[in-house]
Amino acid sequence: MSKAETFRAHHFNDLEQQHSAAWIGMWVFLATEVMFFGGMFACYTVYRYWYAQAFGSASNHLDVWLGAINTVVLIGSSFTMALAVYNAETGRSKPLIYFLLLTIVLGLAFLGIKFFEYYTKFAEHLVPGSSFQYEGPLARQAEIFFSLYFAMTGMHAVHMIIGIGLLAALVLKARRGRFSALYHTPVELTGLYWHFVDIVWIFLFPLLYLLGRHL
Amino acid sequence: MSLPEIEHREHYLNINYGIRSWLLTTDHKRIAWLYLLSVTFFFFIGGLFATFVRLELMTPQGDLVQAETYNKLFTMHGVTMVFFFLIPGIPAVLGNFLVPMMIGARDLAFPRLNLASWYIFILGGAFTLTAAAAGGVDTGWTFYTPYSSIYSNTHVALTVVGVFITGFSSILTGLNFIVTIHKMRAPGMTWFRLPLFIWAHYATSIIFILGTPVIAITLVLVGLERIFRLGIFDPALGGDPVLFQHLFWFYSHPAVYIMVLPAMGVVSELIACFSRKRIFGYTVVAFASLAIAVIGFLVWGHHMFVSGQSVHAGMIFSLLSFLVAIPSAIKVFNWTATLYKGSVSYDAPMLYALGFIGLFTIGGLTGLFLATLGIDVHVHDTYFVVAHFHYIMVGGSVMGYLGGIHFWWPKMTGRTYPESWARLAALTIFIGFHLTFFPQFVLGYIGMPRRYHVYPPEFQVLNVMSTAGASILAVGYLLPLVYLIWSLRYGTVAGANPWGARGLEWQTPSPPPTENFDRTPVVTEGAYAYEKDPEEIYTFRKPAHV
Repeated sequence: MSKAETFRAHHFNDLEQQHSAAWIGMWVFLATEVMFFGGMFACYTVYRYWYAQAFGSASNHLDVWLGAINTVVLIGSSFTMALAVYNAETGRSKPLIYFLLLTIVLGLAFLGIKFFEYYTKFAEHLVPGSSFQYEGPLARQAEIFFSLYFAMTGMHAVHMIIGIGLLAALVLKARRGRFSALYHTPVELTGLYWHFVDIVWIFLFPLLYLLGRHL
Repeated sequence: MSLPEIEHREHYLNINYGIRSWLLTTDHKRIAWLYLLSVTFFFFIGGLFATFVRLELMTPQGDLVQAETYNKLFTMHGVTMVFFFLIPGIPAVLGNFLVPMMIGARDLAFPRLNLASWYIFILGGAFTLTAAAAGGVDTGWTFYTPYSSIYSNTHVALTVVGVFITGFSSILTGLNFIVTIHKMRAPGMTWFRLPLFIWAHYATSIIFILGTPVIAITLVLVGLERIFRLGIFDPALGGDPVLFQHLFWFYSHPAVYIMVLPAMGVVSELIACFSRKRIFGYTVVAFASLAIAVIGFLVWGHHMFVSGQSVHAGMIFSLLSFLVAIPSAIKVFNWTATLYKGSVSYDAPMLYALGFIGLFTIGGLTGLFLATLGIDVHVHDTYFVVAHFHYIMVGGSVMGYLGGIHFWWPKMTGRTYPESWARLAALTIFIGFHLTFFPQFVLGYIGMPRRYHVYPPEFQVLNVMSTAGASILAVGYLLPLVYLIWSLRYGTVAGANPWGARGLEWQTPSPPPTENFDRTPVVTEGAYAYEKDPEEIYTFRKPAHV
C-alpha cells in the first residue's frame, strides 16, 4: 500500500476523487451559509429601507474605530490563514502550526474587541429589551437597528468561535504530523470557512457602522 | 416448518450484529434503516394527533377537547408530519439507501456526516417530542409571529429549537447527495444516463441546501424575539410580522417540493419498471425536476395573498405559481405517455404509482385554483386549502413513499412482501384517502374555515364522511406495518432482481454487500433500457484499488 492509500477512505477510488468531493462539499456548505446569513441581510435591507433615518442615527452609537480595527484584525487573520494553507500545501509543518496559532490569536483579538463593544452597548442601555433607552421619537426603530446589530454580529461571532475551535483541532493534528504535501484537505477547507466568515464581516462593517453616519 | 433461508453469504445486514454496529454504522444502507424506523415512529405519532383532530370534528360541538387543546393537536400534527416525516421521508430513507446504489458508488461521499445527520434528526425530534409531552404548542406548524414570538403561552421555544436542529439534518443529507452525485458515479454513468430518481433527489438537495438555512435563521430570530425581546417581527417593537411570513414561506413553500419531488422520482422508476418501457421524454422529465426546484423558490408569496402584500406582488406570485404547474404537468403527461402501449402489470408498487398520478393531479389542479387571486381570497384558510395540500402531501408524497418502500423492500431485506395483502392495503389507502379529503374540498368551498374545533351543524355530514375515511386510511396504513414486519421472517427469498428491473441497484445481490457491488459496474446505456437485457447494459470489472 502506497503512502497516499493510507489517507483514502474505503469508498473513494483515489485521493483525487476524495479531495475534490471534500472541496465541493465545503463550497456547498458555504452556499448554505450564504443563505443562512442572507435571511438576516434581507431583514436588514427591509428595515434599512423603511427606517433609513433611524438606522443612520443609531449607527452613530457604534464605535467606528473599534469596528475598523476589527476589520483590519480579521483581514490580517485571513492573510495568516492563507499562509497556513500555503505551508500545508508545501508540506512545512512548523510554519503551518505557527500561522494557525497566529490566526487563532487574531481571531481571539477580534472577539475580545467585539465583546468589549457589546459591554459598552450594555452599559449605555442600547441592548434591546426592557432596559433599552434611546433619546428621541425614533427609539422603536433604533431598537430594531440594535436588534439586528446584535443578531448579525452575534451570529458572526458564533461562527468565529466555531472557526477558532476548528483551527485549534488543526493545530493538534498538525503537531501529530497528520498533514503533508500529499494530504492537507482539512487545512484547506478550514481556510475556506475562515475566509467566508471574514467576508461576512466585510459586509457587516459598512452596513452597520458606516452607512448613513452623517444623517 | 422450515423458514425460507437467504443463501449463506455475507451482506450488509449480517456482516456484524449488535446495537453498537447499528448506532455507530457509517453504511448508508444501515443509516437508511435507522431513518426508516425513526420516520415511521414519527408518522404514527403524527397520525395519533390527526386521529384526535378527526374525532373532535365528528360533531359540531367541541365535545372531545377544548379549543386550546385542539389548537395544540393540529399544530403537533403539522409539525410532526411536515418536519419529521414528510421532509426526511423519501430522501433520508429511500434516497439514503438508493442514491449510492443507483449510481454505482460504494457509499455516500461523507458517511460519517450521514450518520451525524441521523443523530441531529433524533436530537431535533427529542426536543419536539419533549415540547409535546410538556404540554404542546398551539401556534400552528407555521409559527406565525407575533403570536409565536410574544403571545403564545405554550412551548414554542422548545419546538422551534427542535425544528431548527432537524433542519441541519436535511442540510447535511442534501449536501451529501449533491457531492455524491457529482463525484461518485460509476464509469459510464453520465448525467443523462442517471435514473430519474437521482435527478429528483438532486433537485430536492438543491432546495435542502438553499432553503433550509433560511428557515433556520428565521426560527433563530423568532427564538431571540421570544427569549430576549429582540424585536424583528413584533409590531409592538416596530417590527413587521409579514416579513416573518416572507422568510417562512421562502423555505416552506419549496419544502412542499422537497416532499413531492422525491416521490416523483420514485414514481418514474415504478412506471418504467411496470410498463417495461423507457420513460417517455426522459430529458424533459429530468429538467422538469430542476425547473420545479428553481421556480419553486419564486412562488412563496401565494401563501400571503390576504396578508397585506401589494396587489402587484400578488399578481406576480400568482403568475409564477401557474408557471410551476407546467413542469409538474409535464411529468404527469410523460408518465401517462409511458404507460401507452407498455406491457403494464399491476403489482402493489404500481398501484401506488398510479394512485400518485391521480391524487397528485387533483392536488395540483386545485393548487391552480388557489394560485388564482380571486378564488384564493374566497377559499383562503378554509378546508379547501387543507384538502389541496393533503392531496399533494399525503396523496402525493405518502403514496410515492409507500410505493417505493414496497418496490425496494426485496432489495433492502432480501425478502418479498405478501403481494395480495399489499394490493389490498394500496386499495384501502386510495379509497380511505378520497373519502377523507374529498369532502374537505366541498367543506372549504362552502365556507368551513380551518383550525376551528366547532362548526355549524350543516357541515356535519361532510365531516363525518371525512372522519370515516380517516378510519379506513388508518387501517390502510397499519396493514403494511404488520405484513412488512411479518415478511422480514416469513417472506419468500427475493433474489437479486425480482421485478426484472434495469436499475443498477438490482444488479447486485439482495441484500447487497456492504460496499454495494463486489466488482465495479460499468454503464453503457441510459436508465430504463427495458428493451435490452441487464447484461447488455452493465459490465463489471475488478475494482482498481484492490
